[in-house]
Amino acid sequence: MKPYRKVAVIGAGLTKFMRRALETGRELSFYAAKEALSSSGLKFKDIQSVVMATAPDAFDGVHMKGEYLADGAGGFKRPYMRSYVGGGSGVFAIIHGWYMVASGMFDTCLVVAEEKMSSCQPHPQAAFNSIYDHTLERPLGVNLLWIFALEMQRYMHVHKISEEEIALVSVKNKKNALDHPSAQVAEEVTVKDVLNSEIMAWPVRRLMVSPTSDGAAAIVLAAEHIARRVSEKPVWIEGIGWCLDTSFWTNRDLYYPDYVEKAARMAYEMAGIKEPSKEIHIAEPYDPFAYKELHHMEGLLLCKRGEAAKLTAKGVTQRNGDLPVCPSGGLLGVGNPIAAAGLMKVCEIFWQLRGEAGKRQVPGNPKRGVAQAWGDLMQVGTVVVLGI
Amino acid sequence: MKVRGKDLKKDDFERTIKIEYHPKLLYAWDAGYAVGKFLQGLKEGKILGIRCRKCDRILVPPRAFCELCFVPLDEWVELKDTGRVNTFSISYISWDVRRLEKPEIPAVIEIDGASPGIGILHLLGEVKPEEVKVGMKVKAVWKKESERIGAITDILYFKPLKGEE
Repeated sequence: MKPYRKVAVIGAGLTKFMRRALETGRELSFYAAKEALSSSGLKFKDIQSVVMATAPDAFDGVHMKGEYLADGAGGFKRPYMRSYVGGGSGVFAIIHGWYMVASGMFDTCLVVAEEKMSSCQPHPQAAFNSIYDHTLERPLGVNLLWIFALEMQRYMHVHKISEEEIALVSVKNKKNALDHPSAQVAEEVTVKDVLNSEIMAWPVRRLMVSPTSDGAAAIVLAAEHIARRVSEKPVWIEGIGWCLDTSFWTNRDLYYPDYVEKAARMAYEMAGIKEPSKEIHIAEPYDPFAYKELHHMEGLLLCKRGEAAKLTAKGVTQRNGDLPVCPSGGLLGVGNPIAAAGLMKVCEIFWQLRGEAGKRQVPGNPKRGVAQAWGDLMQVGTVVVLGI
Repeated sequence: MKVRGKDLKKDDFERTIKIEYHPKLLYAWDAGYAVGKFLQGLKEGKILGIRCRKCDRILVPPRAFCELCFVPLDEWVELKDTGRVNTFSISYISWDVRRLEKPEIPAVIEIDGASPGIGILHLLGEVKPEEVKVGMKVKAVWKKESERIGAITDILYFKPLKGEE
């Protein structure tokens, strides 16, 4: 693959992530977009294209939510597109934004991601059930937790990983989030607290699950000639990758996310990365459930298969470890407004590489990071490599 | 960085205007060629798979085309109604997020006669949750023939097959 032009991230913004926001989805989008713009050195009139990521319409109860939200994302009277691959949407959006600029069609792109899950009552989970096959699976009384529980169990079984080892991810991420101004569920918890929390769908317990959230995130992308002019510290998009696996999910071995590996290999090849575990300095893998961080570290080739739990136990993935993982606090700590959560990870890499992450800053001046999101029916991996 | 947003307290949220929205939606989903025949098989008490001549996989649930080889499939194979638990969960949450006293045990079951690793989603029954293991041998428990309608629920659940651990 030969990208046409270099593309940089030059600004980023977030709202708070909240259980129930007073603001509408449009207002949240506007806050995040405005913050990203004001940090970018560009003005709204300089934005030539807009990409919006937002997950199922059923959450908001608004059909064609992308169009409904467009005004809040600055999409009015501009080339505008919605990126949507379920939970993978947040990182899919920067991939689409990259296309807008790398292709030479536009010099700038505003990328916004929003989710407002609290509108759907009593719980947005029921809106998820229609991802299952209507004839062969839904009549069994499915719920969304099942797929995570089935995948987690398979992962634990194949690698002989214990619940204690997985609980360490919740402990780390919830603690990291204490330093994040947007965080919804940051707290100091122990492995014992996690293992004593209520069983939802064994082996999944309450403190191993990210919350439902309202929130928005945004970034500004610019072509090289603009980025070098307006930004002191542009963060370059070095690689992108994405991949979708079959929806016959009961025919796949869920212990390993093959499709994440394929997406990662695509991004690493573009970035010229040969040994990801050495050349990637910080990682923000998608962590809607505690085991998913480990699962995705392996899919991203940051360690060998089955090794992520051991690295976590050794402290390698702490902010001061050799490979900081989810220094933001991740979805488990900051929260999970679905599409916005994926783009929040991109924002975190942006701030970390610029040395602007404040109390969350990892030591050692990281030069390169990877962000990844995941979604659909345990199917899609979306990956971006950023570097300075 | 400035992060905006007003997080409502539970009481405030209770006072928001709520609109009940019950669209009357009726979907007539076609089962299609492959799943249609699979459902007919279930009505007759059989689990049908389909073989790909190109990659030689025997697949269930059956499909009209092989997604790997991208060729049409039409070679039907009758599978057994037994299999092994590939993975499972013990779920205390219902589909609409109510707490369940008696858990449900969803599982991916690799069906005997299909290729290794090829399974379907179903439920386990007649087993204590703590006794379920990955790799456990199970057998389908069918509805009475007169009650079967050609649906996945014509199999009530899978139960442990004793003496064949």
